[in-house]
Amino acid sequence: MSKITNILMVGVGGQGILLASDIISLAAMYAGHDVKKSEIHGMSQRGGSVFSHIRFGEKVYSPVMPEQGANILVSLEEMETLRWLSYVNHDTKIVFTKTRINPANVTEYPEHIEQVIKKHFKNSIMIDPSQISETTGSAKYLNTVILGLVSTYLDFGNEAWQHAIRENVPQGTYELNMAAFTIGKNTVL
Amino acid sequence: MKTSGIFLLSGNEAIAYGAWESDISVCTGYPGTPSTEILETITSKYPDIYTEWSVNEKVALEVGIGASLAGARTLVTMKHVGLNVAADPLFTASYIGVKGGLVVVAADDPAMHSSQNEQDSRHYAVAAKLPMLEPSDSQEAKDYLKEAILLSEEYDTPVLLRTTTRISHSKALVKQGVREASTIAKGFVRNVQKYVMIPAFARKRHIEVEKRLRQLGQAANGLRMNRMELRDPALGFVTSGICYSYVRDAFPNASFLKLGLVYPFPDGLIREFYTQVKNIYVVEELDPHIEFHIRSLGFTTHGKDVLPNAGEFDPDIIRKAVTKEPPAKGVSIPIDISSRPPSLCPGCPHRKIFTTLNKLGVYVTGDIGCYTLGVLPPYSAMDTCVDMGASITIAQGIEIAEGKNHKHNFVAVIGDSTFAHSGITGLLNAAYNQRNTLVIILDNGTTAMTGMQPNPLSGETIRRTPTISLDYQKLSEAIGIPNEQFKIVDAYNENEIDDAITSLLGKKKLSLLIVKGLCIILQKRKKRADHV
Repeated sequence: MSKITNILMVGVGGQGILLASDIISLAAMYAGHDVKKSEIHGMSQRGGSVFSHIRFGEKVYSPVMPEQGANILVSLEEMETLRWLSYVNHDTKIVFTKTRINPANVTEYPEHIEQVIKKHFKNSIMIDPSQISETTGSAKYLNTVILGLVSTYLDFGNEAWQHAIRENVPQGTYELNMAAFTIGKNTVL
Repeated sequence: MKTSGIFLLSGNEAIAYGAWESDISVCTGYPGTPSTEILETITSKYPDIYTEWSVNEKVALEVGIGASLAGARTLVTMKHVGLNVAADPLFTASYIGVKGGLVVVAADDPAMHSSQNEQDSRHYAVAAKLPMLEPSDSQEAKDYLKEAILLSEEYDTPVLLRTTTRISHSKALVKQGVREASTIAKGFVRNVQKYVMIPAFARKRHIEVEKRLRQLGQAANGLRMNRMELRDPALGFVTSGICYSYVRDAFPNASFLKLGLVYPFPDGLIREFYTQVKNIYVVEELDPHIEFHIRSLGFTTHGKDVLPNAGEFDPDIIRKAVTKEPPAKGVSIPIDISSRPPSLCPGCPHRKIFTTLNKLGVYVTGDIGCYTLGVLPPYSAMDTCVDMGASITIAQGIEIAEGKNHKHNFVAVIGDSTFAHSGITGLLNAAYNQRNTLVIILDNGTTAMTGMQPNPLSGETIRRTPTISLDYQKLSEAIGIPNEQFKIVDAYNENEIDDAITSLLGKKKLSLLIVKGLCIILQKRKKRADHV
C-alpha cells in the first residue's frame, strides 16, 4: 500500500483548529494528493478538546489515522499535547504551543509539560505565542505562523499553500497571512 | 492547478452539492448534529433551492411529502433521533410513494458525540419497507444522493440515505459531476386511491409496497453501489458506510462485499460471496443489521462475535478484533492531565439560572440543547433528560404519580427552539389536564447547540429574512395560564430570576417563566458586525 502521511491537530474549542486543518488538507489536495480529514462538531466541543485528523497520500481510505500513526502532531494548547498520546510514536514530530487554557473548574495547570515532551520526542518544537506576537505585531496570525512552520515538514510547494490560504482567510487579509506564513517557514529551529 | 473540478468537501457539503446536481428544488429539515450542515450549505451556496428549518422533523417530512407530490425533487434532513419524530409520516409515505424523488437523510451518531442515544436508523428501512443507501465517503455521499433520487422516482418510493458522524463531518475529495434536470411536471394531480390512506385504499397500497420491496431486492444484485471486490479468497468482509473505509485501511488485500444499498439486501451477491470466500466478517457499527440477514440465509459468519454493538469503530478496533493482536504499547508520559468536558460558554446568559436552581435545591426536568450541560458541575442542576420536549411532560408524570405527596419542588427547563419543536404540545397537555408545573423557557434567540439556526422564536427564517416570532404571553393566555402565573425576566438579573422562581413555585399552579438572554456567541458576532 502507498505511504500515507498522518497529521494530528489538537487544541481547545475556539482556537481555530478546524480552519487550520482545512488549510493543510487543501494544500495537500493542491499538491496532488488524495486527502481525508476527520473531526467532530457538536456538544462535546462546547469548550472541550478539539482534534482533527489529516491524512494524505496516493489513496486514503479511512479518515481516522491508526494508533501511533501520527507523523506530525500540532498542538495549539500545552496540556492538549498530552491528551492524544495513543496516536503518536517516539518519531512523531511535535509542534506545540505554549498556550495554557484551564479546563472549566480546574485551577491547577500541570507543570513540566515542555521538559517531558522534549525528553520523550526527539523532534519537538515549542512555539511561544508572545514571541510570535512580537515578531508579527499581532496574536491574530499565530495559527498561520504555525502552518508556515508545519509546511517545512511537507513537500507541497508554495503555490499549493498560497491557494489553500487564499481560499480560507477573510478578504483583505491574504497578504498579512502570507507574511505570517513566511515568518513561520523561516523560523530557525 | 491540476485539481480543477475537484473539491474538498465534508459528507454534508457533498450531499448539498448532490442536491444541486440532482435538481432537487425543495429541502426541509430540523437542525441536529451531525446533519445540520446539509441545509446550511444548500441555503448559502444554492439560492435557487427552497430551504426551510421546519418546526420539527415530522413537520419537515410532511412538507417534503407535499412538495414531492406536487412534483418537486425533495430532500428532508435530520439526525437519527429526529427520524423517530418523523416516523409517523414516514411509514405512510412508504405506501403513498412519490411524484418528485423524495430522499430523507438520517444522520446517525455512533459514539454519541452529540446525542442522547445511539440508535441504528437502518431498522427504520426494514420497518417502513423503504430502500436505504449508505455512503462510505464524501464522493459517495454526493453520488448516492443522486442515485437515491433516481431510485425514488423509478420505484415510486421515498428513499432513506443514512450517514454517520464520521461521514457527515469528515472531508474528502469530490469530483464535479453533471447536473441532470428533473423532467417531472410540477403541480399536484389528484390521485385519491394513492394519496388518501383510508383502510380500503391503504390495503391495496400495502400489496404494492411488498411488490416494490421484492423488485428492489432483485435489482440490488445488479446495482453498481453493491459490489464484490475479490482479492484474498481466505479472508473477506461484508461491510458498508464508513466501516468499508476502515476495513480497506486495515486489510487492503482482503475480499469485500461492499453494500451501498443496505436495505433491501442483494441475496444473490451475498450467496456468491459466501461461496467464493472463506472466513468472512460482517463489519457494521451498532446493530447486526446485515449479519442477521446473512444468518437468515443460512450462512455462518463472524461479526458481532468479535465486534461490539456499542460505539464507533476505527481501523485499529477492526484489525485487533480480527487478528487478536494484543494492544500496541504507545508512548507513556508521567503527567496526569485533567479531562476537558464540555461546558456552558463563559458569558452564556443561562449560567445564572442553573446556579439559582442549584441554590434553591429544586428538582429539574431538563431537555435537549446546550443547557443540558446544566447537569454538570458546578451547576449540577438537572434530574432528567429524555428527548425533545420531555422536560415539560416528565414533570407532569412525576406530579401525577406523587399525588398528595407532591411538594411542588419541580421545574421543567427547556430552550426556545426545543419549545417550538415539541414543548408547546406538552404545555397544552399540562393546561388541559390541570397540572401545576413551573415551566421555564431559556430563550437565547437561536438554536445554539447545533450552530445558531433561527427558529419560530427568533423572528427570522433560514435565509435571515424577517418573519413572525411566537408571542409567549399570548400563547400562555390562549391555553389558560393567567397573567399572574406568567413572567419574563432578564437572564443576567440574578435577583429577578430568584424572585420569579420563588413566587411562581409558591403559587403551586401551572406557570410559565421566560428567561431571556441572547446567546453569547450571537452577542459577540453582533458586536463584531457593529464594529466593521
